[in-house]
Amino acid sequence: MSKLEIKNLHIAIGEKEIVKGVTLTINQGEVHAVMGPNGTGKSTLAKAIAGHPDYTITGGDVLLDGKSMLELEPDERARAGLFLAFQYPSEVPGVSIANFLRAAQQARLGEGGELDATAYYKRLYEKMDLLKIDRKFTSRGVNEGFSGGEKKRCEILQMAMLEPKFALMDETDSGLDIDALRIVAEGVNRQRGPGLGVLLITHYQRLLDYIVPDYVHVMFDGRIVKNGDKSLALELEAKGYDWVKKELAQA
Amino acid sequence: MKPPVEFEVPVTADNPVAGIDQSAGDFSYDVKYELDAGTGLNEQTVDYISAAKKEAPWLLEFRRNALKVFQSKPLPTHWATRDLENINFDKIRYYLASGQKPKRTWDEVPDDIKKTFERLGIPEQERKFLAGVEAQFDSEAAYSNIKEAVSKQGVIFVNSTEALREHPEIFRKWFGKVIPTGDNKFSALNSAVFSGGSFIYVPPGVKVSHPLQAYFRINAENFGQFERTLIIADEGAEVTYMEGCTAPKFSTSTLHSAVVELVALKGAKIQYITVQNWSANVFNLVTKRGLAHEEAEIKWIDCNIGSRLTMKYPGVILKGRKARGEVISIALANDGQHQDTGAKMVHAADETTSTIIAKSISVGQGRSTYRGLVHIPKHLKGCKNNTECDALLINTNSRTDTYPAITVRGDANAVQHEASVSKVSEEMIFYMQSRGLTEGQAMSLAVNGFINDLVRQFPMEYSVELKRLIDLEMEGSVG
Repeated sequence: MSKLEIKNLHIAIGEKEIVKGVTLTINQGEVHAVMGPNGTGKSTLAKAIAGHPDYTITGGDVLLDGKSMLELEPDERARAGLFLAFQYPSEVPGVSIANFLRAAQQARLGEGGELDATAYYKRLYEKMDLLKIDRKFTSRGVNEGFSGGEKKRCEILQMAMLEPKFALMDETDSGLDIDALRIVAEGVNRQRGPGLGVLLITHYQRLLDYIVPDYVHVMFDGRIVKNGDKSLALELEAKGYDWVKKELAQA
Repeated sequence: MKPPVEFEVPVTADNPVAGIDQSAGDFSYDVKYELDAGTGLNEQTVDYISAAKKEAPWLLEFRRNALKVFQSKPLPTHWATRDLENINFDKIRYYLASGQKPKRTWDEVPDDIKKTFERLGIPEQERKFLAGVEAQFDSEAAYSNIKEAVSKQGVIFVNSTEALREHPEIFRKWFGKVIPTGDNKFSALNSAVFSGGSFIYVPPGVKVSHPLQAYFRINAENFGQFERTLIIADEGAEVTYMEGCTAPKFSTSTLHSAVVELVALKGAKIQYITVQNWSANVFNLVTKRGLAHEEAEIKWIDCNIGSRLTMKYPGVILKGRKARGEVISIALANDGQHQDTGAKMVHAADETTSTIIAKSISVGQGRSTYRGLVHIPKHLKGCKNNTECDALLINTNSRTDTYPAITVRGDANAVQHEASVSKVSEEMIFYMQSRGLTEGQAMSLAVNGFINDLVRQFPMEYSVELKRLIDLEMEGSVG
């Protein structure tokens, strides 16, 4: 079983420290939700773990099965088994989803490895059917002119195809109406299992009605300030983030 | 002849010798040339070339006159780059040949030359999908063959040296008519010292089902290649011609200055495809133009990769009613390279239509320039032009310039012009990297996506080749 360990991680953008020491261990098979008000460093945490060049790690470590990820390029981290589902996925004009995913899979085979095209398309179509994505989608440019819902479904499709050990899901629910949210959540739930660990970043409890987490962590001002199970999310929903702030102020 | 000496063997396991990529083209053999016009250019050079080819007196006169025009014209540095001043015309060898009669089978081609074309994958491509092949090695064709079924239809496909000997009546009728000697300094240079290039004549109504291909190979250092191509599609005929080019990477500069003239008679169609992949020491200064008669169609597909400086603006003169012209241009300027490319459309009859789609990619310090000329005079009616030029910048220090010149007089014509500049953002590269693609793979995917809509129009074999070339260029450009 694989393990993703975030150890006392400090992250800065330029001179400004955003994440101020986060420690979290995710085992394969577990879903951890990280909640918190806007601007507390949740997205920063996900993007920095994936290796986004805008963020500087100023302290701590991220280990995948004991191996530090911090010196690796983003693509090396991806091939090691990390996957970032973006809050705002980029467009890649002119590159079809089919070709994009094919290139991504080919890249995992390394030198001399040849992807079996027939098997690849068979698998792609199966996954698309499960996510209720129209087959015509495959020939469209990646995220090119996609609606918010289409973009998120495209992220989940990529995740399904690339089969990461750990998925970092950054505000997957943002910009989704309730139907799209349900489809996306179903897609994630279908992939849930002993082979996948999830770090689910969300602002709202709403998503957790559909993807029920094993653990809930509340982030505030760059730190994790509360840990619990799904009941913590419900408590937050009822009392609001001000409740956390007040508790912190008293402490 | 002594055995060939290889002094550069860059071919590695992950870069197999197939097709035409720059690194696979970066080798040369020590070939013994029987014919050599020496270094530098003067009247003796021209006389030597003409005598070596046993040319008719009119042609010697033509060459001598062209030399005078070349010498009298200044370099066009008032609008073009001053890098042209770095060409040393006195240090170039203008004619080098091991023989003049091209072989009809690869077995007869001398070993060292044959080996070159085998490394470039030409015989294999010929077997797979071509109706005919001409392979030029420095100044002359080493191999030339056309499939029997095609020659039986009356199609002529030979090099210019042979054409002048065997088909002077057709050659002379059209030669220098679309691009006169004095068109520009480099067309004059070519007219003075031209050698090789293809001559194609397709009889009325004949549609050549597979492409004819020429491959231009520079092998010698300090050399200038000046091929001259003339393609005539008679009434209702159709032909596709493809050319590929490579040269080894020498420390000194090499000059390639071709002239290509196309004539499409009434209702004929010519498609001319170029995938050039010159090494970074080549000055590539080429004049290409077609003449489209009534209801004829000329389409240039022009892919420019490599070279130090390319200046090339394929054009169509739309001479007959309802003639159509199209230029699809892709240019990739890598570090230290300047792709100065574009198109010309001269409307000279009613209801003529033209389309220009130009896409350029600038990488690192690479510079791409688009120059377009669209001319529709006042007295014409029902003419249409659509121009679209898009530039993609890979790095913040890459450069692109657009100089469209559109003159439309009168109000019975329609012109559309669109231009865009986009950049491959860091965010897009990160997105692709987060899926497991390396930075180089991500960039080449972005570049391939950018030109994808154009590449789809290519014959399959060439689109695969172009993609491979771009992958190699982009892999090499990531530090």
